[in-house]
Amino acid sequence: MLKDITLGQFFPGNSLAHRLDPRTKIVLTLLYIVALFCAKWFVSYGLVAAVLLIAVKISGVAPRALVKGLKPILFIICFTAVLNLLYTPGEPLVSFWIFTITREGVQTAFFMILRIVMLIMGTFLLTYTTSPIALTDGLETLLGPLKKIRVPVHELAMIMSIALRFIPTLIEETDKIMSAQKARGADFETGNILQRARALVPILVPLFISAFRRADELAVAMECRCYHGGQGRTKLRVLRCEARDYLVLLAYCLMLAGVLVLARFGL
Amino acid sequence: MKPIIRVENLVHTYGINTPFCRSAVDGVSMEIYEGEFLGIIGHTGSGKSTLIQHLNGLLKPTGGTIFLGDRDIWADPKKIREVRFRVGLVFQYPEYQLFEETVYKDIAFGAKNMGLEEGEIDRRVRSAAAFAGLGEDLLDKSPFDLSGGQKRRVAIAGVIAMEPEVLILDEPSAGLDPAGRRSLLENIRRYHRERGTTVVMVSHSMDEVAENVDRIIVLADAGVVMSGTPHQVFSRARELMDVGLNVPQVTQVAMELTRLGVDIDPAVYTVADLRAALAARRGGTAKC
Amino acid sequence: MSDIIKTEHLTFSYPPDEGKEPVQALKGVDLTIEKGCFTVILGHNGSGKSTLAKHMNAVLLPEGGTVWVDGMDTRDESLLLEIRRRVGMVFQNPDNQIVANVVEEDVAFGPENLGVPTEEIRRRVDAALRAVGMEEFCLHAPHHLSGGQKQRIAIAGVIAMEPACIVLDESTAMLDPMGRREVLDTVRRLNREKGITIALITHHMDEAAMADRVVVMDSGRVVMDGPPRKILVRLEELRAIGLDAPHTVELLHGLREDGLDVPLDALSVTECAGAIAQALQS
Repeated sequence: MLKDITLGQFFPGNSLAHRLDPRTKIVLTLLYIVALFCAKWFVSYGLVAAVLLIAVKISGVAPRALVKGLKPILFIICFTAVLNLLYTPGEPLVSFWIFTITREGVQTAFFMILRIVMLIMGTFLLTYTTSPIALTDGLETLLGPLKKIRVPVHELAMIMSIALRFIPTLIEETDKIMSAQKARGADFETGNILQRARALVPILVPLFISAFRRADELAVAMECRCYHGGQGRTKLRVLRCEARDYLVLLAYCLMLAGVLVLARFGL
Repeated sequence: MKPIIRVENLVHTYGINTPFCRSAVDGVSMEIYEGEFLGIIGHTGSGKSTLIQHLNGLLKPTGGTIFLGDRDIWADPKKIREVRFRVGLVFQYPEYQLFEETVYKDIAFGAKNMGLEEGEIDRRVRSAAAFAGLGEDLLDKSPFDLSGGQKRRVAIAGVIAMEPEVLILDEPSAGLDPAGRRSLLENIRRYHRERGTTVVMVSHSMDEVAENVDRIIVLADAGVVMSGTPHQVFSRARELMDVGLNVPQVTQVAMELTRLGVDIDPAVYTVADLRAALAARRGGTAKC
Repeated sequence: MSDIIKTEHLTFSYPPDEGKEPVQALKGVDLTIEKGCFTVILGHNGSGKSTLAKHMNAVLLPEGGTVWVDGMDTRDESLLLEIRRRVGMVFQNPDNQIVANVVEEDVAFGPENLGVPTEEIRRRVDAALRAVGMEEFCLHAPHHLSGGQKQRIAIAGVIAMEPACIVLDESTAMLDPMGRREVLDTVRRLNREKGITIALITHHMDEAAMADRVVVMDSGRVVMDGPPRKILVRLEELRAIGLDAPHTVELLHGLREDGLDVPLDALSVTECAGAIAQALQS
């Protein structure tokens, strides 16, 4: 059950999308998000959607995996859609009880759903095609300049990659502790909210104790392997931007420019 | 003997409809008899952990049936919690599941979940602690102040306190030093002897199984490959080695002796047995 | 100097719990480990063997006495990195020492910290993975590997720092027999082929049989020290301090009592059977 989480999962592959420099991909995703928020009407949305479709096609990621990724946020999507539908003032279409649905409301709700869905799919495409390590490496170099104003960029990147490394371990451990407590008759499925919250204590206490123990042991193990912060550290994998990175970057810039122009004309 | 648990054609497949689809248990049929001390052996990945989690209803079979007494344990899924009280399962490294402020409370957790009354819980906690080799003075301590070996005893006591009809222990001695292992196994043996209830011990240490149990079931590649008394099982030592299991060192010596032309039964598995076998043989030759 | 590790009058106590007397975990240990030697350090839980191990690369610093690693005093902070590079440490829980979520990245962690140039890291990572027989797993995620495989990755991570000595602090305790065999075969090969000094801390007696030297610890002191054939035959003494002798030794002891003239130090199965067969004939 806990193992089914696909959020932020990485699908190894060798497509163009996989081979791009992670820094490029992070910048591309940012450009894409900006374009998405600038889009106004069908034409500009269409342009962004076309870029997304091409990117998905190139990456070789199964569209079904992208759709599946939407499941956890289905509620948020519906919620925003309903809010927009009901609370946008404008020309009334239907009206019942205290609610009025307006033409503007329908439009905003529609574009809002489109925006969230495309936003999620676009960012998932990034995590699906970029290994967590490459992603942290990319972030670390992109944010490198912040070191000058004393932002602990290396430490943050290290924390992030260790967190990613331990997620599967902790999920497995949670499963194990849950089974062990169930074997002693613990009941997680019935009772009111308070009872259910209390039922979590036998899971959370051992989990925290174990997480602290792991952190402690990991810290010693890292020190034993000569870890002493980011100073003078070299890398097995050095990030390198190639011609293809610049080409794709150019294409995305063109898309953004296109969206801005189209939006200007209300399209 | 009467079977207390009967497993019929059990299948458990993980990740159905995914590319990682894999049967951890595939067509296992076996019986656990009332009052016996059973050993289940198999290497990692042989399906033994998956199998035992079916016996108390933690996992639901994807195929096949498990009977406790005469009843299919999944006949009424709402009553599965009762099965867990009747078949107590102690996981591997159970010390990591402790969470209460005191040893006493932690041991009482299972019994409390059964909805027993205070006096009965108290009786059970004290008796379980004694079986697990924990002194009365430890009951008020925090379980987190205890040594690793003592923590494990607390966890085992927590399951014994439910007074299950079948006690299953997954690798109870893993990671303990020789003295710790010896005394823990002595406690388990005593529990079995004095309570007379069924005990199942899962292990990959052949020596440990050989010295303690009445009957052995060998798992390999998701199925049962052998079952019988230790003597019957170790007489097929070669096959055990073929499925990637060790045989007790004493059995290995006996096998080597037979190979060197010494005429003894190679299926011995304790030092005392081999000593006896060799003494008998010498006695025999001396008489000639 | 041919000693990789040398301790002199080493004492250590852990900070005590509130209101309790401090317990001395090491009570004056004098031990030298020669380069290239395979040493097994035995002892029951709480005998001080892990505390001793943690002094071998300055994870813990002596309370009294001195520890030298390749001639360097472990209390000299300026030498810390060099000491840890030279003596690598593999711990008990395989999950809690793997840093990265790709095998080769994890092996690269040590050299990266040491500032080794990129091409050289690549070469070392490949060589280290080959040395532990895990090269085909270089792009795998560690949490999908078995316990034995994870420990071999941890060993590779240490080898990539090109150490003179590897200390294995109960690294086999959580493994199944197959995983233990994998790890033991690996360290034995590293010891023989690359001349890396091995200090293996364990309470499995059968692991001691394959060592060049066995050191037995009890309540913070070294109580026995010598080749396995001299140490593992001392059945009664070993039992008295919470250990065991191999079953072969137990058997040979028993047979002697039964009046059969067998040597006590035939530790391996083949030797033991051979000795018995010979004694039966004569």
